[in-house]
Amino acid sequence: MAVRVQFENNNEVGVFSKLTNSYCLVAIGGSENFYSVFEAELAETIPVVHTSIAGCRIIGRLCVGNKNGMLVPSSTTDTELQHIRNSLPDNVKLQRVEERLSALGNVIACNDYVALVHPDLDRETEEILADTLNVEVFRQTVASNVLVGSYCVLSNQGGLVHPQTSIQDQDELSSLLQVPLVAGTINRGSEVIAAGMVVNDWASFCGTDTTSTELSVIESVFKLNESTPAAIASTMRASLIESMS
Amino acid sequence: MEYIDESAMPKESAAHILCCECGVPISPNPANMCVACLRTRVDITDGIPKQATLHFCKGCERYLQPPAEWIHAALESRELLSLCLKKLKGLNRVKLIDAGFIWTEPHSKRLKVKLTVHAEVMGGTVLQQVFVVEYVVNHQMCDDCHRSEAQDYWRASVQVRQKAINKKTFFYLEQLILKHKAHDQTLGIKPIHDGLDFYYANESAARKMIDFLGAVLPCRSHHSKKLISHDIHSNVYNYKFTFSVEIVPISKDSLVCLPKKLTHHLGNISPICLVYRTTNVIHLMDVSSGQIAEINATTYWRYPFNSICNPKQLTEYVVIDIEPIKEKDKKIFPGQGAVSNKHVVSDVWLVKASELGISENTIHTRTHLGYILKPGDSALGYAVGDSNINDTNFEKLDGDLIPDVILVKKFYGHDKLARRRARVWKLKHLAEEVVSMSTENNEYNEFLDELEEDPEMRQNINIFRDTSKQMPVDTDEIDPSIPQITLEEMLDDLVIDDTDMAEVYQ
Repeated sequence: MAVRVQFENNNEVGVFSKLTNSYCLVAIGGSENFYSVFEAELAETIPVVHTSIAGCRIIGRLCVGNKNGMLVPSSTTDTELQHIRNSLPDNVKLQRVEERLSALGNVIACNDYVALVHPDLDRETEEILADTLNVEVFRQTVASNVLVGSYCVLSNQGGLVHPQTSIQDQDELSSLLQVPLVAGTINRGSEVIAAGMVVNDWASFCGTDTTSTELSVIESVFKLNESTPAAIASTMRASLIESMS
Repeated sequence: MEYIDESAMPKESAAHILCCECGVPISPNPANMCVACLRTRVDITDGIPKQATLHFCKGCERYLQPPAEWIHAALESRELLSLCLKKLKGLNRVKLIDAGFIWTEPHSKRLKVKLTVHAEVMGGTVLQQVFVVEYVVNHQMCDDCHRSEAQDYWRASVQVRQKAINKKTFFYLEQLILKHKAHDQTLGIKPIHDGLDFYYANESAARKMIDFLGAVLPCRSHHSKKLISHDIHSNVYNYKFTFSVEIVPISKDSLVCLPKKLTHHLGNISPICLVYRTTNVIHLMDVSSGQIAEINATTYWRYPFNSICNPKQLTEYVVIDIEPIKEKDKKIFPGQGAVSNKHVVSDVWLVKASELGISENTIHTRTHLGYILKPGDSALGYAVGDSNINDTNFEKLDGDLIPDVILVKKFYGHDKLARRRARVWKLKHLAEEVVSMSTENNEYNEFLDELEEDPEMRQNINIFRDTSKQMPVDTDEIDPSIPQITLEEMLDDLVIDDTDMAEVYQ
């Protein structure tokens, strides 16, 4: 189910939140409205955590994570780290990384199995990423943009990429990720997809400018419709991919 | 180094995305919207007015090009199109691709211009749009028409004055103006006592006239201006300029008495001189020696002098005997100025025509007319000895040096009417009012006589053949010795005689 939401009159909700299959982070804001939308949708299944990272509200761009773990930049304070650690489920590994490209959310895009990273990302970070998030790492670009984390959004069901990604690039990325990809936009034509939305395997939050056409694209590619295909198709496929990796 | 052939590279096929508004598959663009949706959202002609006003002057059929220029432009012409486009504010924000007129009824006072513009929208998408701007043509009288309508349209006037007894200089000036077309820019010419007023729309035209006058006549000018209005906000001053031109008050055939100082400057010429010609300088001659001198306007105003005898005082004399002075008898002194070689200085014995047969006493004098006078001829001259002359320079002269008579020109008989009839040429005139300046018709005829007698004067003016008069075939009405203007010197007047048009008017 895709939901439209706004953070203090700003449509770039992907900047102010981080959603995975096992937890959700939202930025500390003046209004509780943003928080309550996430709460209403997710509170029954996963924790929704209020936090800041390095004193900033742009947590979606600074950290990266999936159901297995989470990476935060080195600028994260100890208090914040402690708070996140306390709030996240016990099986989620939390790791602070020393990385020059400290906006980890912009340089890394991942689902629970695969991660696309900025070509210049540190080798050490790449190793930590693979260990902590338990993913296979590929250095890639999306439509010639190195900020893969900004220009694509991935879930275990599918992925949305920059509108100018060519068919060849889409096919290549799709074969790496083993999920269907589609080029699209968010927030009425914005191409910075990751800034405009967050998604996990059953929920998605988009900026309020997002049109119904964009929503329908998102719902179909991330398979968020109520009428999900047979469970066997998704669960078996996930385990298949796991065995392959 | 090898270059990769571009055609050999696999072609990148861009994926289609759905238009974020309507869901139509489109190739991605910076707005990620289909053209139709983009059109509905943005209007690139937003800041461009769809209606504008042009100002048109009915009087001179010109359009106002702001701020103050009036231009002629035909309907659907390039000039009009550029004027229309200049009227549109905000065209600089878009790229103009095409513009053209849509036909409108010529009397509708509406112009329609179809414009095609390009503009970038939403970060790089170029959109093309066609729209029509309607212009309303409003009437506004231009400044020039307004001035002429208000009968107050001159801004500069040139007042030409000569404090002379006769008007020959003005007749001559009129012909000079006609020949040089110096009256092209005049708004009006008005005869005033002692002169003419010329009116101009601007100062520069008046200055041009001043320059012309300075080049053809000895004159000086003053100028003054009168403040009509003043806009303190824009520092605009509205003046009326008046130029006063004073022509040297000496006319041809007058006798002058020069100040002593001036005679020294002019090669010790005798103080009593005859003005034998006027151009832009005064040409003087001492008739007793043939010495000549020229005085320009500046010299004249520095050493002003008056005429002591003017042509009205001419008396007729009969030549009894004439004898050219021999070369060896001519007085030559060091420092003497130029001596005319066109004239023959002669001793002449005269009798006053009115006393012919009564008095036996002949008057002896010297004359420069040795070439054309023979015994028995009549000549006109000034009886200097008998005249009552009031002139300060003249009074200082030694009485012995003053000749009794100074001959001016040969006299060709009293029958002026016959001479007028025989005249097969005419002059043009500036305007009817200016002709009325010649109320003293005699003076005008004398001027015409002079033209016949003086070929040098004729050079500067245009003479037209008078078709209303027949060429005299064989007549003994007038003296054949009277100088005539030959047919070669005359111009044919332009006559527009369109027979087709005449039929229409019937």
